[in-house]
Amino acid sequence: MLVSVYRYNPEVDDAPYMQDVHIDIPGGKDIMVLDLLQLLKEKDTTLAYRRSCREGVCGSDGMNMNGKNGLACITPLSAVVENDKLVLRPLPGLPVIRDLVIDMTQFYKQYEKIKPYLINDTPAPAIERLQSPEERAELDGLYECILCACCSTACPSFWWNPDKFIGPSGLLQAYRFLADSRDTATTARLSDLDDPFSVFRCHGIMNCVSVCPKGLNPTKAIGKIRNMLIQQAT
Amino acid sequence: MDMVTSITSFGRSGLYDWMMQRVTAIVLLAYTVFMIGYLLFNPDLDYNQWAGLFQCTSMRIFTLLALLSMVAHAWIGLWSVSTDYIKPTGARFVFQSVCGLLAFIYVVWGVQILWSI
Repeated sequence: MLVSVYRYNPEVDDAPYMQDVHIDIPGGKDIMVLDLLQLLKEKDTTLAYRRSCREGVCGSDGMNMNGKNGLACITPLSAVVENDKLVLRPLPGLPVIRDLVIDMTQFYKQYEKIKPYLINDTPAPAIERLQSPEERAELDGLYECILCACCSTACPSFWWNPDKFIGPSGLLQAYRFLADSRDTATTARLSDLDDPFSVFRCHGIMNCVSVCPKGLNPTKAIGKIRNMLIQQAT
Repeated sequence: MDMVTSITSFGRSGLYDWMMQRVTAIVLLAYTVFMIGYLLFNPDLDYNQWAGLFQCTSMRIFTLLALLSMVAHAWIGLWSVSTDYIKPTGARFVFQSVCGLLAFIYVVWGVQILWSI
């Protein structure tokens, strides 16, 4: 099969280019894209990409495979290869450090803005802050996010304003803390989000939902934040 | 305190702009449906009847409401487009100023037409 990989080493290359590699898959097996990258790296050791857990938990190997963002380690070739060809690019919209490795500073800055930790100004109980099973269930579909950035880098609103729009990933996390029964900073968190960019740059096109490798729904979480803002303000 | 400040957006609050965009859309939809309905139910419309419609105070209120809704709706939408696609601040401010000026001209011109029938 033909693999076309985005290559860019700023120390050597003037501009990024696509490197075409013909490769035979051993035994014709339906391997994961990450395994394919390993085969490519054996051929050309200068290829750079991030990877760690190889099972869709760490979120390191998010990349754009035949035009769609996803995790290379849990995407089988059969799910993305078309006409025996696979185009691999870094996640779009963020600066490239080298080859498939992107600079995620902007993404983490947005995550930091939403204060991704419990805020509770009441005295700590002796053992722990308890939640009922129902209160805990509110966090399902939110806490599973692994911050792989597949969603935010698939979002045009994030491409145009990565410094102002928090993006689907950060907003899913923002709602995760808004929905937490143990958090007491709901009002302050909401008033941080009321400007025209942070939340309201979402136009609901749902690219985030279609690419999330964990099957989460940031658009729904953004809708819930909007409803909370409306309830607080009317 | 908001995490991003904006001094050129319609209501300076994302929530307010979001709400206005929807309210004005409903007004514009109602006006469009009324207009299409009126034209369909009056196939042999003549000048006198058409002028008579707009001399009626309730129609003037409805038309002015639709005009102001259109201006607000267009401002919120075009402001959004300009902050997405026009990155140099100077060019963006010029674009926003032209939109604002046009919106003002349309309102004054519209009022003048409406009350001169």
